[in-house]
Amino acid sequence: MKKKGVFSRFLYSQKVAPYVFVLPFVLTFLIFFAYPVISTIYMSFCKVSGGETVFIGLKNYKTLTNPVFIKALKNSMFYMVVTCAIMIPIPMILATMLNSRHMKGKGFYRSVMFIPALTSVVVAGIVFRLMFGEVSGSFMNQILGLFGHDPLVWLRRPFTVWIVLFALCIWRWTGVNMMYYLSGLQQIPKDLYESADIDGAGRFQQFRYITLPLLKPTTIYVLTISIFGGLAMFTESYLIFNGNNSPNNVGTTIVGYLYRVGLQQNNIGIGSAIGVVLLIIVLLLNVIQLALNGTFKKGE
Amino acid sequence: MKKKKNTQTILLVIFFSVLALITLLPLLLLFVSSFRPGAELIRYGLNFNIDFANANIDTYRLLFSGQNNYFIWYKNSLVITVVQVFLALLLSAFVGYGFAMYDFKFKNLIFAGVLIVMMIPTEVIILPLYQLIIKLGIMDNMWGIMLPYLVIPMLIFFFRQYLSGIPRDFLDAARVDGCSEYGIFARIMVPLMKPSFAAMGIYQGMQSWNNFLWPMIVIRSQEKITLPVGLQSLLSPYGNNYDILIAGSCFAIVPILILFICFQSYFIEGMTAGGVKG
Repeated sequence: MKKKGVFSRFLYSQKVAPYVFVLPFVLTFLIFFAYPVISTIYMSFCKVSGGETVFIGLKNYKTLTNPVFIKALKNSMFYMVVTCAIMIPIPMILATMLNSRHMKGKGFYRSVMFIPALTSVVVAGIVFRLMFGEVSGSFMNQILGLFGHDPLVWLRRPFTVWIVLFALCIWRWTGVNMMYYLSGLQQIPKDLYESADIDGAGRFQQFRYITLPLLKPTTIYVLTISIFGGLAMFTESYLIFNGNNSPNNVGTTIVGYLYRVGLQQNNIGIGSAIGVVLLIIVLLLNVIQLALNGTFKKGE
Repeated sequence: MKKKKNTQTILLVIFFSVLALITLLPLLLLFVSSFRPGAELIRYGLNFNIDFANANIDTYRLLFSGQNNYFIWYKNSLVITVVQVFLALLLSAFVGYGFAMYDFKFKNLIFAGVLIVMMIPTEVIILPLYQLIIKLGIMDNMWGIMLPYLVIPMLIFFFRQYLSGIPRDFLDAARVDGCSEYGIFARIMVPLMKPSFAAMGIYQGMQSWNNFLWPMIVIRSQEKITLPVGLQSLLSPYGNNYDILIAGSCFAIVPILILFICFQSYFIEGMTAGGVKG
């Protein structure tokens, strides 16, 4: 055996090794997370121009009471709430149907439904932008034509814009969420349904009293990713509107506005304030969720 | 009774077949359109009206002609994906192993840090991160894209979970045989973790390959941008942009589809990893 130096012996000791193992995370956390979070909170109270940072109190936050930011907040919230409302029940029901013992070729359909998740938001956004194009020959306008409807200017009207954004979201995520529910369903013991059958419970009752409650952990997970994914939505809107400027801000989101103010207009102070608002919303939602899940309950 | 079951099967199969068709429709639309000139797309819109007599592979010829940046972007994305996946897997597995196999002071505190990073969308800190990247002098550089995202909380969480199934006595046996703490990780654990590397490699690979906002912020030069950012820049209908856009989008999906068909179970495991014991 080679003779090791003091430092090397220190590094290799069983006491020190665990700290060496977690060191990459601690460094990344301090440099690329904790420091940026603190500095964004600090900068949100400052005017940052060139190399100078001057403390200006709450002024940045007062600027945020402008109609565009309020609209961006509303847009992100609306997108989040609706995606949660759609992307939980539909995949759950589809998974239950696909998991039915009468279904043939489960694996095939499961894989096909998963394919949209493999495309990047960028490619998906490009296809959806063009599919919902305003010329009368674009695919969705042709479909409208079949029903005798005039072509729509999909991407300029407040209502139809949301149809496009939700269609994109449903298309990309149904397969993934369905997969979560399928693996949740597989963990439910089969004999539960058998005894329910014997007790004469109908299909709907079985779903209501066995499937639904036992899928709760899956639902909580899907809800969590939908909430934070929805709140931080940016790329979808950027692609659908080909840039960060939607007509009348119909599709501007919190992150979109942060990007516009902070990076495109180079106003780091106000941009940071937007980041802090987003941070507060996220933290509040986390606390609410933990409270609802009973994490704070004592004696468990 | 038997008959009733058969109708149920048929109805379910029909239902899911229609659903599968709708699911594939946008991609079919993209694929079919790649055989039409981009100018036609701009004028008439993206649709299935294909004139088979005039269908050709000109757009692909243009794509491969080398007179555009497409394959430069492709290469950039590929390099970043490979390097980031390799380093992220290695570092995150290293950290995850530390959390799974040792008890040490501040362990819970540090692990709380992992959970906090997972909870907060990274978009919250893009501005200070952008300034940090400038200070570090790695703007317009692929390391600027990767450096903040080399130790991934999600991967740490997954690896820790995966390793918690391995009894610690195993380590003592290796120690008795004279293996160092790091030797145990490198020689014994890494081979044991191979299946989880595959799933997590796909998870991280998809993240890196599709990443959009952060690479768009970090990279300024045309010849350094990544594929998603490059494709997006083609959305303006000038010159032959649309030819490259449509054929290029198809060509960006195809390799992933082939990989998916070959390694389906890893893809599904990797991309839905969070839900397993969430």
